[in-house]
Amino acid sequence: MGLVQEIDYGTPASTSEKQVTLTVDGFTVTVPEGTSIMRASMEAGIAIPKLCATDMVDAFGSCRLCLVEIDGRNGTPSSCTTPVAPGMVVHTQTGRLKDIRRGVMELYISDHPLDCLTCAANGDCELQTQAGVVGLRDVRYGYEGDNHVFKKNDGAENFKWMAKDESNPYFTYDPSKCIVCSRCVRACEEVQGTFALTIEGRGFESRVSPGMHQLFIDSECVSCGACVQACPTATLSEKSVIKIGQPEHSVVTTCAYCGVGCSFKAEMRGDELVRMVPYKDGKANRGHSCVKGRFAYGYSTHKERILNPMIREKVTDPWREVSWEEALTHTANEFRRIQYQYGRTSIGGITSSRCTNEETYLVQKLIRQGFRNNNVDTCARVCHSPTGYGLGQTFGTSAGTQDFDSIEKTDVVMIIGANPTDAHPVFASRMKKRLRKGAKLIVLDPRRTDIVRSAHIEAQHHLPLKPGTNVAVVTALAHVIVTEGLFDEAFIRERCDWDEFQDWASFVALPENSPEVVGQLANVDPEEIRGAARLFATGGNGAIYYGLGVTEHSQGSTTVIAIANLAMATGNVGRPGVGVNPLRGQNNVQGSCDMGSFPHELPGYRHVSGDAVRDIYESLWGVKLDDEPGLRIPNMLDAAVDGSFKGLYVQGEDILQSDPDTKHVAAGLAAMECVVVHDLFLNETANYAHVFLPGSTFLEKDGTFTNAERRINRVRKVMAPTNGLADWEVTQKLAQTMGLDWNYQHPSEIMDEIAKTTPSFASVSYDYLEKMGSVQWPCNEKAPEGTPIMHISGFVRGKGKFIRTEYVATDERTGPRFPLLLTTGRILSQYNVGAQTRRTDNVMWHSEDRLEIHPHDAENRGLRDGDWVRLTSRSGETTLRALITDKVSPGVVYTTFHHPDTQANVITTDFSDWATNCPEYKVTAVQVGASNGPSEWQLDYDEQARNSRRIATLEAAE
Amino acid sequence: MIPRIYIPGDSGALALGAEKVAKAIEKELADRGIEAKIVRNGSRGAYFLEPMVEVATTDKGRVAYGPVKPSDVKSLFDSGFLTGGHHKRWLGAPDKIPFLARQTRLTFARCGLINPLSLDHYKAHGGLKGLQNAVAMAPAEIVKQVAESGLRGRGGAGFPTGIKWKTVLDTTADKKYIVCNADEGDSATFADRMIMEGDPFVLIEGMAIAGVATGATKGFVYIRSEYPHAVAMMQKAVDVAREAGLLGVNVLGSPNAFDMEIRVGAGAYVCGEETSLLNSLEGKRGVVRAKPPLPAIQGLFGKPTVINNVISLASVPIIMDKGAAFYKDFGMGRSRGTIPIQIAGNVRYGGLFEAAFGMTLGEIVDDIGGGTATGRPVKAVQVGGPLGAYFPRALFDTPFDYEAFAARDGLIGHAGITVFDDTADMLKQARFAMEFCAIESCGKCTPCRIGSTRGVETIDKIARGIEPEKQIELVTDLCNTMKFGSLCALGGFTPYPVMSAINHFRDDFKPAPVAEAAE
Repeated sequence: MGLVQEIDYGTPASTSEKQVTLTVDGFTVTVPEGTSIMRASMEAGIAIPKLCATDMVDAFGSCRLCLVEIDGRNGTPSSCTTPVAPGMVVHTQTGRLKDIRRGVMELYISDHPLDCLTCAANGDCELQTQAGVVGLRDVRYGYEGDNHVFKKNDGAENFKWMAKDESNPYFTYDPSKCIVCSRCVRACEEVQGTFALTIEGRGFESRVSPGMHQLFIDSECVSCGACVQACPTATLSEKSVIKIGQPEHSVVTTCAYCGVGCSFKAEMRGDELVRMVPYKDGKANRGHSCVKGRFAYGYSTHKERILNPMIREKVTDPWREVSWEEALTHTANEFRRIQYQYGRTSIGGITSSRCTNEETYLVQKLIRQGFRNNNVDTCARVCHSPTGYGLGQTFGTSAGTQDFDSIEKTDVVMIIGANPTDAHPVFASRMKKRLRKGAKLIVLDPRRTDIVRSAHIEAQHHLPLKPGTNVAVVTALAHVIVTEGLFDEAFIRERCDWDEFQDWASFVALPENSPEVVGQLANVDPEEIRGAARLFATGGNGAIYYGLGVTEHSQGSTTVIAIANLAMATGNVGRPGVGVNPLRGQNNVQGSCDMGSFPHELPGYRHVSGDAVRDIYESLWGVKLDDEPGLRIPNMLDAAVDGSFKGLYVQGEDILQSDPDTKHVAAGLAAMECVVVHDLFLNETANYAHVFLPGSTFLEKDGTFTNAERRINRVRKVMAPTNGLADWEVTQKLAQTMGLDWNYQHPSEIMDEIAKTTPSFASVSYDYLEKMGSVQWPCNEKAPEGTPIMHISGFVRGKGKFIRTEYVATDERTGPRFPLLLTTGRILSQYNVGAQTRRTDNVMWHSEDRLEIHPHDAENRGLRDGDWVRLTSRSGETTLRALITDKVSPGVVYTTFHHPDTQANVITTDFSDWATNCPEYKVTAVQVGASNGPSEWQLDYDEQARNSRRIATLEAAE
Repeated sequence: MIPRIYIPGDSGALALGAEKVAKAIEKELADRGIEAKIVRNGSRGAYFLEPMVEVATTDKGRVAYGPVKPSDVKSLFDSGFLTGGHHKRWLGAPDKIPFLARQTRLTFARCGLINPLSLDHYKAHGGLKGLQNAVAMAPAEIVKQVAESGLRGRGGAGFPTGIKWKTVLDTTADKKYIVCNADEGDSATFADRMIMEGDPFVLIEGMAIAGVATGATKGFVYIRSEYPHAVAMMQKAVDVAREAGLLGVNVLGSPNAFDMEIRVGAGAYVCGEETSLLNSLEGKRGVVRAKPPLPAIQGLFGKPTVINNVISLASVPIIMDKGAAFYKDFGMGRSRGTIPIQIAGNVRYGGLFEAAFGMTLGEIVDDIGGGTATGRPVKAVQVGGPLGAYFPRALFDTPFDYEAFAARDGLIGHAGITVFDDTADMLKQARFAMEFCAIESCGKCTPCRIGSTRGVETIDKIARGIEPEKQIELVTDLCNTMKFGSLCALGGFTPYPVMSAINHFRDDFKPAPVAEAAE
């Protein structure tokens, strides 16, 4: 198998269309204008020695190994910084060059430890390689001179020596091995955009420094790993490589965290994962990563992972480990019993946005074919269901319009209710790169998120709107565009329904939608609204990126529609650089929606009432399908409380922690007779489960994930499932136990069935993905290579539809008892409910949820930073520690929901989106006050959770 | 008429006591109840005569006295110096002093003559004519005239100024800059400082012409922090110039906009290297940038930028005033016009000597400089600052010309000359060159960052007699690596002093006889 080797061309590719032909060492090579000599040589297969050049960052020209000679030019220019010219004749190996290179290498090695054999980078060290390439045989300077290598020189303290920095949990920084090539510094700047690293000192004293001579963990470093990847020596090394050794083979797969869908090389030694390295050919991430995908995979071997099936009679009993056969038979019997007793629709299931498309497809198939109902839902219910509705209504498809590469052609970025640097960090880095190159930025967010002002980036307009006023503010933007005549009439006339536009325009032009009126209710300066609208309408290619701050509201769907209106009115749909882009929360939330996880839709967003669509499946599956939509998650819970819903199969989701109004969820689960949790860990929902089926990680199975840009990426098995069965196999066995005739040998066969039955996936197969790397749906006869940009010549639904977006304030309002508005979100190092990231060293960055509160509000309540506070809403209360910051406006508090001991969702209410029931997580009226510690509820919950996680130990036979 | 007394405010004169002299003269005037106007002019550059006080007389013109000590003041008044009376410090008409009389003053024509902040004086002595001509010309015409004058960069590299300007003119951009490199850090050099303190308007005029010629609307003068008087003088002069409409949205009433800012460096020698200077101006670490892209295409803040030395820019007004042919008429070979040679070190007549290119090194050192101050024989001369080669007497026939020096493995650089007598130890000088490079290296490229430190260590081994021949071979290899491998001239030119010391003064590199322990 071997390691997947990626060629390092030394400098980034040129995008010029003009071609230049030159000669390198007698070989003719033609490359785009602007290409470096180094890259052109590599294209011709000639590797010029190099150390400071790597194709993820711009040329720097510091190592001086890559010097070449050019006919007709003086001196020995560096090939990384010198662009090609027509007819240029380059020599990469001459006596003069060899002498210089050997001289430079002799200098390098004179200040470098000679511990190659015991060095973590042995076998993967560019310094070692280049020393061999240039033929260094002797270091005549000796090793007794000035150096950074030895702690003591001749018994005296060497003040240039610095101890290894092991503060970061995932990698070490050993200054004694540093060759000061600045690759890490440049990667931090150019690739990640954090600017956490610099070179301190000058001359011989130059050393890489996180911040102002800080430890990595104390610096602004976000642990994305770009520096470690860029380091040519062992200076920055993954701790896993230090511990395990060099990998011997690697497999390209897809990260299982957020919706960016980064491609990684899982580098293995046998079946042991050595490290995850971002894959440069990955079209979503282009070789970049974040702290989660790069490092936080340790949960897969965490001691709390459950590897054996377990069952119990009552949820108050301890778990009893059983065989797969017993667990599945028990489950099948229970489901059949319940259906017999309470009716066909008394059971259902929830698909997982973290599992593969194939697994999701099987779960909904089990429910539709096996349970014979449509009681299937997925966690997209609680995140992007309004996107599906809003974009479906206006454009005709339930997905983002662009690929991620599109950002490179964007002139004005508008971010609404999304925090990409924390929740979609790799795409945020690509966005920041574009912003540093001059694109303008508009942010609509109650909080001053990091992207509003960061290194070399400052939003032109930040509209810190009051939570719950999205519809009003986005409509006010449209008001300015319409009343000031900034709309794109030609686009609208060609692509949209002009009459509908006029109706909409007359609506948005109403005085109550003006920035002056809306500004009052949203606490936003009207001039900022006007400025933002003008910039978006006139600044060139405008692209909107939005997140759960848009959807998780009582008017979530309305805001999505308002966003679509805005894009259509300004002509920003259907080409690179523009579009409407929902930033998806989970790795496969797009895919789980695509795969028919909703109670009203079969795969490919086709309504269950459609006879033709049902026909396809009925003839294939040999059963009659229910033509009525089934229950959504909240309906299932309501029905459970009512006594009509009794059994649930939950694959890879923790509804007790992630869904709103925890007490209601708990009550619903407690009322069921058979709750089956299929997961890696005993999550919170499992506290109420009767059957636990151990799950497999993304490393242990084959499949596909579909990311936020509709990109279908392969997930490849790199090790055998520790629990014995991949998730798709478990679902298949359950189906077989229930009497269904399923016989998939491999997930590729599931994809074949998907392709056969779903028009937008018609051309997708594992063979095709192998060939293409990845494709974006629709991928069929009309779009054989997939569809990077949608709606190019017209909208999927025909004419783009403008829809009025009337602002209706949420019923959740502040008052004397609950004067503050709570909004919730995520943080970079943690992911969702934290089930994975809390079981990694990422807890070093975020070990608890904190309540962000403005200094004014804190002072009014006598709170100091770090104090325990009680957070109360109409639904419940919890306690957590305060974090005083002006990132939030006065009147607004914010927290994350990563930790079950905080249970932020005890606070959130059961208000939800009018169209899709997506919960209103982002607005809860609360009060905050001083507290002495955990609330009674928290203590009770903790006690109950501890009890319900007991696993019976087998008694020794006497 | 009220007598007018000129006392230089130039840093060099101040260092030699000009301020105390000025105070003494003021006191004496007050004590004697004499009304007189004191003008703080720049220096004429004959530093061996500073503080040189001049008096404007009605009959004899300007009469100079120097070097004046505060203790001389009383007797000067007693001798009637306000009317040019004789005194032991009497020097007569300054332009008859041989050191000054022998010069060809084009760039420094007004330096030491006028009140540096008087625009009227400036105009009265030929100032602003160049800019007046320039604003009436098409940019390409100005550039052509500068190109035809043969003016080359006086910072040291000698790159044709006209070509640089043409590149900037031909590059389209929404914004362009003129940056004046006044980070004059070479040993033995002070020409930039002298002109900024003595005739700041000539630099402002030169930058304005550059702006008009290339379409740049903003200029920066980057002055080293060690030049506080020059900084203050330039700042005041820019204010005066802006007030007078020489800078602003309509330069001299023309449609050309040009304004300037004075910026102060932070003490790094390497920021005199143009790309480091640009980084420093942008607020970044002062590290060298790789070229290409050339600053003329992507310079300050990524925009097309003319970056020129002070003297290059200050030489432009006379070219635009008197024409390219006038200027080109001076000099030899490809080195046209005049060069302000700065004579320093162990020398009898130290100072600034502006002359056409072409004098021999021997004439400059022996005739003009008068040999060493110690009176001992001249052993070596370092031309071109700390990175220039050491020339022995044997090379004194080398004419002062870019190509002639290059042909003998030397450089004229910024035209600073440091004279050494026969007590100089050239091994120590070679070590100093490496040490200087080690201290001042920005640390970006490997040959300079590590090589300079290894150079010091290896030369120390020679000094200690550890396998000297092997070490000399190693230093020679190191110099080859540094010369051809370094990113900028700091590492690239450090081999000049080192190898010239080794090649011309090999005896100094023989192991010192080890003192035998007395038995």
